[in-house]
Amino acid sequence: MYKYNDFDEAFIRSRTAQFRGQVERRIDGSLTEDEFKPLRLMNGLYLQLHAYMLRVAIPYGTLNSGQMRQLAMIADRWDKGYGHFTTRQNIQYNWPKLQDVPDILDALADVEMHAIQTSGNTIRNVTADHFAGAAADEIEDPRPIAELLRQWSTDHPEFQFLPRKFKIAVTGAAEDRAVTKAHDIGLRMVRNDAGEPGFEVIVGGGLGRTPMVGKVIRNFLPKADLLPYCEAIVSVYNLLGRRDNKYKARIKITVHENGLEKIQELVEERFEAIRAGFTGHDQELLKDIEAAFAPPVFVTKSTDGYEAARLANPAFRSWTDTNLSDHRADGYAIVSISIKKHGATPGDASSDQMRAMADIAENYGHNELCISHEQNVILPHVHKSDLPAVYAALREADLATANIGLVSDIIACPGMDYCALATARSIPIAQEIATRFDELKIEHDIGQLKIKISGCINACGHHHVGHIGILGLDRAGVENYQITLGGDGTETTTIGERAGPGFSADEIVPAVERLLTGYLELRDDEDETFLQAYRRLGLEPFKAILYPSEDKANAA
Amino acid sequence: MPRAFTPKVVTANALLEGDAIWLTEDNRWSRDIHEAELITDEAHGDLRLLEAQARVDEIAGAYLADAKAGPNGPEPTHFREEFRTRGPSNYAHGKQVEL
Repeated sequence: MYKYNDFDEAFIRSRTAQFRGQVERRIDGSLTEDEFKPLRLMNGLYLQLHAYMLRVAIPYGTLNSGQMRQLAMIADRWDKGYGHFTTRQNIQYNWPKLQDVPDILDALADVEMHAIQTSGNTIRNVTADHFAGAAADEIEDPRPIAELLRQWSTDHPEFQFLPRKFKIAVTGAAEDRAVTKAHDIGLRMVRNDAGEPGFEVIVGGGLGRTPMVGKVIRNFLPKADLLPYCEAIVSVYNLLGRRDNKYKARIKITVHENGLEKIQELVEERFEAIRAGFTGHDQELLKDIEAAFAPPVFVTKSTDGYEAARLANPAFRSWTDTNLSDHRADGYAIVSISIKKHGATPGDASSDQMRAMADIAENYGHNELCISHEQNVILPHVHKSDLPAVYAALREADLATANIGLVSDIIACPGMDYCALATARSIPIAQEIATRFDELKIEHDIGQLKIKISGCINACGHHHVGHIGILGLDRAGVENYQITLGGDGTETTTIGERAGPGFSADEIVPAVERLLTGYLELRDDEDETFLQAYRRLGLEPFKAILYPSEDKANAA
Repeated sequence: MPRAFTPKVVTANALLEGDAIWLTEDNRWSRDIHEAELITDEAHGDLRLLEAQARVDEIAGAYLADAKAGPNGPEPTHFREEFRTRGPSNYAHGKQVEL
């Protein structure tokens, strides 16, 4: 993992000291809220429905055990003993008090973390494949590139006042687990004909009120050109992006209105102009960063104990069936820890659970953890012989739910339980769906399914790319939930189609139940997933299931 | 015809805790909406909002929210404002346990 150098350390400490002064001046009244707001947002501090909220960056989701323990300490000392992992691989504290925030930032700096650029019209936390460095299908670990982009974009003087926020995602694998096509810039590592690694560069993707699938602006960009090329994209956007209308200010609209060709031309022109200025320093830096991300020393040992435990313990076997993924090293597995216990709040971990995960990572996982955009926690490197012990420790911490990729593994934004922008609640809907399908005991029959819930049109809950997306709205003073179907956030990114009129809070869970029991009837066989069945059959049969009375009315 | 003025309360977030507070008739900030001043006159509402906004070292983000008279004092009319009087629905945190 990357370690802060003296420059990083001094920069973070000076920003924290600066913010401490700003908070003092706000509290004594010498700064008004209007003056203070942009300053607090630069440091990740929001004012929400019931309290302040501090959004802490977890660069590309990666943490070590010490950092996870510090997040737990902060939750206990200055919050209500828990934290919320987000769809941008960050953590949010829902209850900090204004006067405590500078101390929290100091405590974060103690473990090389911060909350800078987790808000505002800047380049946000660079996200990455949560299996980075471990995935069997990976060309290279994408995190050194993500770290390089982080260093370049942090406090970059040209990019502190962009037309709107700017999000970059990067993956080194064939299977896209980083939703790269729904980002302002998506980077997918590919090889050229000569076998050299480089990037397919995707631009102008995004969700929100105008969802767009990103477009390929460069089929192959040599790795060495990454920084100047990204800088060219952002600087073209900085000039061309609209500042007259916040809803048309994201780069997806800039690309849509100007056309990909024009953007491509301008970017290539800018790229040629600035490329020479990158004299190789970035590549030297990248080499150092790559060295910091050297893979752990994998050991070779017998996995007989693992196979025996699988045979002996059905609960363990079920967990290994759903929560493990292929690791690139022999004898190893990637463990996904579900932060989605049935009925619990998606993405919320208690401080005890954070400490338990930190201990497990330290004892069995090469001291590494990664937060996924699906609001789970990944142990990237666990030897299979250690899995029974890992499972036992997870059970102890109430973290052994075997539901990764199933109905109850739901993404949900905080919604109107916390967020000032929300138009309806998301969390209770997620809780009720998960509880209901746990009662029905059919989630393993249903198989792979992604339900994603947003509490407003801004789509933090990625509802557009959920196989089943749920969007909470305010319809004449009542919470109302719209369903979209057929969305997909992988390499075959698709925006879901709206199924029809929305459902009330009481009707939405029965509607989802109808939809999924209906799917069980419609599918060809057990191997056809919900998304595959939807793609084969289209919207109509699912619509008929969702709106049965309407169907009858039409027939009459 | 201009829309009829519906009754309002002045509400904001407390500067330090960030939680919801309401302006009372005797110029206190209360954490209980029932103690708020129910404003039925538009001009008076605008004035009260200006006065509230001037108290920069006590609050942030003051605004007028719709409310109605109830047996114990003003009550919210919209679900968002109702949530602000209570706290989140997933945990027993906030006003539902603190008041």
